[in-house]
Amino acid sequence: MSLTLEQVRRVAHLARIEISDVEAHRTLGHLNEIFALIEEMQAVDTQGIGPMAHAQDVAQRLRADLVTESDQLAQRAAFQAIAPETEGGLYLVPKVIE
Amino acid sequence: MIECSLQAMATALANKEISSVELTHLYLDRIARYNPRLNAYITVDPARSLAQARAADERLARGEGGPLTGIPIAHKDIFCAKDWLTTCGSKMLSNFVSPYDAAVIARFQTAGAVMLGKTNMDEFAMGSSNETSFYGPVHNPWDSSCVPGGSSGGSAASVAARLAPAATGTDTGGSIRQPAALCNLTGMKPTYGVISRYGMVAFASSLDQAGPLGRSAADCATLLNTMAGFDERDSTSLDRPAEDYSREINGASTAKPLAGLKIGLPEEFFGDGCSPEVMQLVEAAIGEYRQLGAETVAINLPSMGLSVAAYYVIAPAEASSNLARFDGVRYGYRAPAYQDLNDMYCKSRAQGFGDEVKRRILIGTYVLSHGYYDAYYLQAQRIRRLIANDFARAFQKCDVIIGPTSPSTAFKLGEKAADPVQMYLSDIYTIAVNLAGLPGISIPCGFAGGLPAGLQLIGNYFAEARLLNIAHRYQQANAWHLQRPDGFD
Amino acid sequence: MKQWEVVIGIETHAQLSTQAKIFSGSSTAFGSAPNVQANAVDIALPGVLPVLNKGAVVCAIRFGLAVGAEIARHSVFARKNYFYPDLPKGYQISQYEWPVVLGGQLAIQVGESEKTVSLTRAHLEEDAGKSLHEGLGPHFRECSGIDLNRAGTPLLEIVTEPDMRSSAEAVAYARALHALVRWIGICDGNMQEGSFRCDANVSVRPVGQPHFGTRREIKNLNSFRFMQQAIDYEVQWQIATLEDGGSIEQATVLFDPVSGETRAMRSKEDAHDYRYFPDPDLLPLAIDRSWVEQIRAQLPELPTAKRERLIADYGLSAYDARVLTSSLELVGYYEATVATAGQANAKSCANWVMVDLAARLNKEDREIGESPVSAEQLGGLIARIGDGTISTNIARKVFDFLWNGEGSSADEIIARQGLQQISDSSSLEMLLDELLAANPAMVAEFRAGKEKAFNALIGQVMKATRGQANPQRVSDLLRKKLG
Repeated sequence: MSLTLEQVRRVAHLARIEISDVEAHRTLGHLNEIFALIEEMQAVDTQGIGPMAHAQDVAQRLRADLVTESDQLAQRAAFQAIAPETEGGLYLVPKVIE
Repeated sequence: MIECSLQAMATALANKEISSVELTHLYLDRIARYNPRLNAYITVDPARSLAQARAADERLARGEGGPLTGIPIAHKDIFCAKDWLTTCGSKMLSNFVSPYDAAVIARFQTAGAVMLGKTNMDEFAMGSSNETSFYGPVHNPWDSSCVPGGSSGGSAASVAARLAPAATGTDTGGSIRQPAALCNLTGMKPTYGVISRYGMVAFASSLDQAGPLGRSAADCATLLNTMAGFDERDSTSLDRPAEDYSREINGASTAKPLAGLKIGLPEEFFGDGCSPEVMQLVEAAIGEYRQLGAETVAINLPSMGLSVAAYYVIAPAEASSNLARFDGVRYGYRAPAYQDLNDMYCKSRAQGFGDEVKRRILIGTYVLSHGYYDAYYLQAQRIRRLIANDFARAFQKCDVIIGPTSPSTAFKLGEKAADPVQMYLSDIYTIAVNLAGLPGISIPCGFAGGLPAGLQLIGNYFAEARLLNIAHRYQQANAWHLQRPDGFD
Repeated sequence: MKQWEVVIGIETHAQLSTQAKIFSGSSTAFGSAPNVQANAVDIALPGVLPVLNKGAVVCAIRFGLAVGAEIARHSVFARKNYFYPDLPKGYQISQYEWPVVLGGQLAIQVGESEKTVSLTRAHLEEDAGKSLHEGLGPHFRECSGIDLNRAGTPLLEIVTEPDMRSSAEAVAYARALHALVRWIGICDGNMQEGSFRCDANVSVRPVGQPHFGTRREIKNLNSFRFMQQAIDYEVQWQIATLEDGGSIEQATVLFDPVSGETRAMRSKEDAHDYRYFPDPDLLPLAIDRSWVEQIRAQLPELPTAKRERLIADYGLSAYDARVLTSSLELVGYYEATVATAGQANAKSCANWVMVDLAARLNKEDREIGESPVSAEQLGGLIARIGDGTISTNIARKVFDFLWNGEGSSADEIIARQGLQQISDSSSLEMLLDELLAANPAMVAEFRAGKEKAFNALIGQVMKATRGQANPQRVSDLLRKKLG
């Protein structure tokens, strides 16, 4: 199979990555080469094989329902010192339209 | 001193033959002198390193030193370190001063090790040549026109040129073992879950695993003793009793130390695809192992050939989601000009990520998208199971699997940069190990055309101590790992 | 004119009553300064990882058991990927193919008829943060402010089949669910604070048409009244649109309580592709049966069973049983009252709790848990009515003393104030003899057949005893004397 330019644009939009026409064309070429490599998989019969999502067959560990945080104003100050834009303890973004 | 083992350095520090401040100075001076040629470090902060060295000296003076107290260690810039710039090789995090320590960093702090600096890497660990870094490529100390491998290229180059006694790396598809092979180092990826991933910037969560890069198996065992351990903050961290990874290495030496060891040689590792020079060195190393008492058995890993295809579905899929948090809202790069919220996202991410990262995000987004999930993601996970099953069967017949780490020695800078598929195929021997979650180690096994080659040893789950010993016995009988590149006196 | 059938399914987000967030150790308390309850995991710093809170899983299992659902043995967390500024990771950790709770049912009551709503599933997920859009100073004109205190709060999303056929049924379901989650202690049900929010999927179809119409989803209904209004508006809008020859497009809509109308959201226009996949940072959740049984053993008696028992054991009407089981606190209070007053007074206890106590609480805007009169005090009071020590009228006085904290028990107040009924025949007879002698005219009227005169005589006795004479006893004695 091979991708279309429209699919590349749609995927870029889903991933929120701006892509110019030139980049879209170049990316299309690369992606098609990569998918040619990936396509090898499709010929394999995997009926009855369980998908493997994790390297170890272990169950999720559970944490106790306890609050572990303290001095949160200091923590917020430390976190927001590296934020692009904040005001009054809030992270600022261009207006969200609902 | 720069050729001393970590154990010898610790002894020298304990005996006051050298102080941690002196030792740290020694390496900082070497970094100042040689790093411009290599570009192995992204961040060096002498004042901070020396402060840690002074604290280590006080601790040593109180007689409270451990095996790594006062020893400078370089860390891949993927590990968050409190108040250190932590870039992950990306413009996206080029302003990110971490407010917290990764588990690995904290464990080295507790051990009293000195943080020597943050090493260069492929952007978000995506690459096999260290050419995707926002901070520019790293040069291979053995030939500065060649790549050091990747993604832990900065860590490998720094240890190879003796700009650090040892370093940390991470390995998602070969990112410790392949640069170790290309730089004449010993590098280990442990069993998935042995080292906490907390604070390690995620690339592909189900494959990522930290590990040591050193000049010998013994040094790697020392590092692993500090790095490994259960961490309740990482759900995939395995809650197992602590173990001493040096215990087998410290066993008695005999003429045939590996008598009874069964080495599996997979047919799939010895076919086409590997350069003849590398293959010759690998064959010679296997001969050495027979000398040490091991016997070899032929095995098959029939699904191995599909590992690159499965990996380039699973890793990008996880990465596309893991990297969604880089949105210009709470930290990291935000585009200087934008129209609205959506434009802010799209421009920040387009400008903040490099080409290879964007490529993988697009692949991952595509394979997870509606209508393609079953054909790509689920199929890749089923193939992942087949690959793990292959290894399980193989380990019924042998104790360790041996083959090449990388199909070639270091390639030229720029040689594969424009051809993603060729680049991806340079991890053909290492990827399957990550998919199965097994431990693997690469050790130096000789030189071809002046460039080092690596031998890969793959063990069963939790066989780290044994793997390290198998590597160590080879290193006792051979001197390949002691070779140092010219020009870094 | 076509006849239309309304089809409604409801998705509810119930915020679970845990101390800490579902994947981090931050507090879930409501109302803190912005972002102080957002730790490294909640703001999604690079490298941080989630670990599942056991308390949230227990809540989900409790719910599943309460609605007779299947509790999954293996359950998986998945990532739902989309970009939104209140979603710090760029994905929400939720459940997709393998939720904790499968199926289940909830009985609802609409008017006099009962109906059962089938549940599809209930799954655990994390809440998002909040975007604040206004009132934040001049700088915020072009900006939204993001507060991540709520990000990572555990939610149970409870999804029904499209079983409801009117806004009244939808509201009855929402009320029943609201009562249940509070009953089993998994959610505080505070709708103002957003602890219990409903989305309604609404469609209409001509009666008799086998397939469903296209649905629109009304988001974030945070009161029962708004739910009713929003669904009613939406239904009439859909019918009007279809009758005008238009068609319905699948959409997410918001309800505006001011205009009373629903409108499609602007920002969610582009077709979503959430790219769900199992979260590689979280391992499969294993729920073994002994754990489930342990949780089952700790569940309170459920509302339906409790109602049936109240009717059978205490002889209450179905109505009384339903009112008393509207919350676990109320029925607990009632049962404690009966325990003190004795089972013979169970009906009287129901009246006191539902009428006298409820009116007083309502007047002072208090919850049952804040009643100044304890169940034991009220039970003690009702016991004294039952055994004839005091009359109901005197009991109301005693109740006032108890309410105002002027006395520790009914017995103590009755004794101190000398309020016990005079039932002693000899003293009552003496009193009656005096009275009859003093009122010969009334006696004559009674004998002439005027029943009114009899009541007037009793009134005189009660007046003379300041209400403490046992009215029944007085009546009996008087009839005897006049008889």
